[in-house]
Amino acid sequence: MYNGIKIIIGLLIFAALVTFPFYSKMGKATAKPDPKVDTPEIQKLAEKKCVEPKEFMKTEHMKMLNDWRDTVVREGNLIYVSSDGKKYTISLQNTCMNCHSNKKKFCDECHNYSAVIPYCWDCHIEPKENKT
Amino acid sequence: MSINRRQFLKIAGISTIVGLGGTTAVDLLQRNWLEAAQYSPNPKALTAKRWAMVVDVSKLKTEDDYKKIMDACHREHNVPDLGNPKDEIKWIWKETYEHAFPGQEHEYLAEGIKHKPFLVLCNHCDNPSCVRVCPTKATFKRKDGIVMMDMHRCIGCRFCMAACPFGARSFNWKDPRPFIKEENKEFPARMRGVVEKCTFCYERLAKGLKPACVEASNGALVFGDLKDPESEARKILRLNYTIRRKSELGTQPSVYYIIGGNDHA
Amino acid sequence: MLETALKGSRKYWGLVFFLLSIIGVGFIFYLQQFFYGLGITGMSRDVSWGLYIGQFTFLVGVAAAAVMVVLPYYLHNYKKYGRISVLAEFLAIPSVIMCMLFIFVDMGQPLRVLNVLLHPTPSSVMFFDMLVLSGYLFWNILVGWTILGAERKGIPPPSWIKPIIYIAIAWAPSIHIVTAFLYAGLPGRHFWLTAILAAKFLASAFASGPALIIILCLIVRKFTKFDPGKEAIQTLGKTITYTMIINVMFLGFEVFTSFYSTIPGHMHPFDYLYVGLDGYTKLVPMMWLSSILAVIALVLLLNPNWRKNERTLAVASVAVFFSLWIDKGFGLIIGGFVPNMFERVFEYWPTIPEAFITLGVWAVGFLILTILYKIATTVKEEVVYDKYGEKQVKI
Repeated sequence: MYNGIKIIIGLLIFAALVTFPFYSKMGKATAKPDPKVDTPEIQKLAEKKCVEPKEFMKTEHMKMLNDWRDTVVREGNLIYVSSDGKKYTISLQNTCMNCHSNKKKFCDECHNYSAVIPYCWDCHIEPKENKT
Repeated sequence: MSINRRQFLKIAGISTIVGLGGTTAVDLLQRNWLEAAQYSPNPKALTAKRWAMVVDVSKLKTEDDYKKIMDACHREHNVPDLGNPKDEIKWIWKETYEHAFPGQEHEYLAEGIKHKPFLVLCNHCDNPSCVRVCPTKATFKRKDGIVMMDMHRCIGCRFCMAACPFGARSFNWKDPRPFIKEENKEFPARMRGVVEKCTFCYERLAKGLKPACVEASNGALVFGDLKDPESEARKILRLNYTIRRKSELGTQPSVYYIIGGNDHA
Repeated sequence: MLETALKGSRKYWGLVFFLLSIIGVGFIFYLQQFFYGLGITGMSRDVSWGLYIGQFTFLVGVAAAAVMVVLPYYLHNYKKYGRISVLAEFLAIPSVIMCMLFIFVDMGQPLRVLNVLLHPTPSSVMFFDMLVLSGYLFWNILVGWTILGAERKGIPPPSWIKPIIYIAIAWAPSIHIVTAFLYAGLPGRHFWLTAILAAKFLASAFASGPALIIILCLIVRKFTKFDPGKEAIQTLGKTITYTMIINVMFLGFEVFTSFYSTIPGHMHPFDYLYVGLDGYTKLVPMMWLSSILAVIALVLLLNPNWRKNERTLAVASVAVFFSLWIDKGFGLIIGGFVPNMFERVFEYWPTIPEAFITLGVWAVGFLILTILYKIATTVKEEVVYDKYGEKQVKI
């Protein structure tokens, strides 16, 4: 092979760099995310239910928030009618975070684990964390 | 059939691009969403066919009258105080007659008007040049005439700032959060790199409240529907001589000014 | 053909690494801007566009100017430009890339750049500018590469390239007209709100671009064995003579309209730029430097003896280039913002980080230019005779 040594050394360096995230964390278990929904606000609720079923919120909340922000800002719709017919005010700060007042344990827990950095909080004001 | 390395690389490259582009397109087109999900405006919201504002400067007498109005707006909307004219962000502020209405001033203008501060804000033009130039529809005109800002979509190109003849728009030259004196938890702040301006308090209208400045103005600012002949704004426009800023440019501002001092109540 | 860029003299690699180091410095300053915000520039609430957008505007002109070589060659079969048509096309490529980079570094939220495509807005001139610029970049890469590739193989260019060449020729003025429309359609910006703006843009483009091509031709001749041709350079000299005259005339037209009508809004920007307004004079020396350079250039160009002398022609070209660079890359933008919408003067001056980011983008452009010209001259050095049977190489 023409320039064989150089190519092989180059490939080895490349492979070492690409696999760095794997072997640097090898054997070290990262704590499983454990989001909490036990805020005082939620405890006070008679019926502990989010705007949509838990399973739906788990997988679709990002799409829902996207749609919420578009409809409230661009179409002026302030009310969300959920699948069971209940009405909610569309607001991240005033509706979602009113119950989920524990951003660190509720949002960041999973987002950090999956290395997702949503830019919600660049503008939206997060709730003052309750010291627990 | 045999291919050489060059051909192989070409085919591999093109198929990668097609593959990535294809999946992205599919992702964008696909909108899986709950069937039952519905949105509606708040039934208690204040609505109009064409929102407008009348500013009666004769009713603004003391420094405090102005301050109350400007503070009410800036506190409500988390407008930062950056403390220098270069980075300044403002939604509603004072300008003297000659600066608010350039070209209309003359040497022998009545003293009372020459140095009288006028409150200026976004004019929510009926034919807004800022909306025309925005490359992403981040600023757009709502059905009720409000010229809105979608901060989520703004790319910070500042074309709207060049296009606005009223200097109504501010840009976040740096992170504004540390400069907000007291955060209003009900309303978001902004991040660096987006343009902002007055939105006629769309968020308060949706809750059935009048704009913050109107509420704090003690009757000096009147808010109403231009298309409703019985609205308070129309009544005032009928009874008073009013002017608009730079109306010769054809943007059709929706903020009117009463200059004289006659009572309209 | 890319492999020819990998083999070069010590001087070539010296230049490449020099440009790379400037890019590196610019990039570090850009990172600072990225994390802090555009507040590290001199731009303000009142002067909300500055050096970046000025450079963008100027470079769209340089990119469009390739047409001044390509058009006579392909439409009028002006053979003397056969040698340098690829040089002109290869100047357009880095120019358009620099334009895009300047727009990018000027954005407050650069990561959202694709919103322009996700939410296409035909009413926005910026949307069209993006379309025409990307199109122009594509055509020029395609045409330049194909023609040079054919030349290298010693075969005539494929026939399918012809219509694309014609499209690229028609496309060139469009990029600059659309760029002028960014400014010329804004109510309340008296300095820009003039129908002559697009014409003025084209005139200044067709002066500054060919001036740069002359300088580049002389550099290429000095450092490579490829000779762009004395006559080609002379014809370019005539081009910049005419376009520079038109350019100065257009400026005169504007000054006349403003100062004979005495409409304050139209006079104020000129006052600010050339004599100062309300005691603010930051741009006055720059604008007079631009005017003096324009006069020097015209004196040198209008005298045939000086124009025919390549030394004085080179001086004239440099003067044209810098005169228009100040006028368009700086004065044009700032004049639109001063005085502001309240008839107040708020001045602008670029900051050091802003200057280094600008320099970094220019270095990216020159690096691409260096590489493309290296490829082009290497190919041309190999091909001793061009398709008209003219000798290409000094032996």
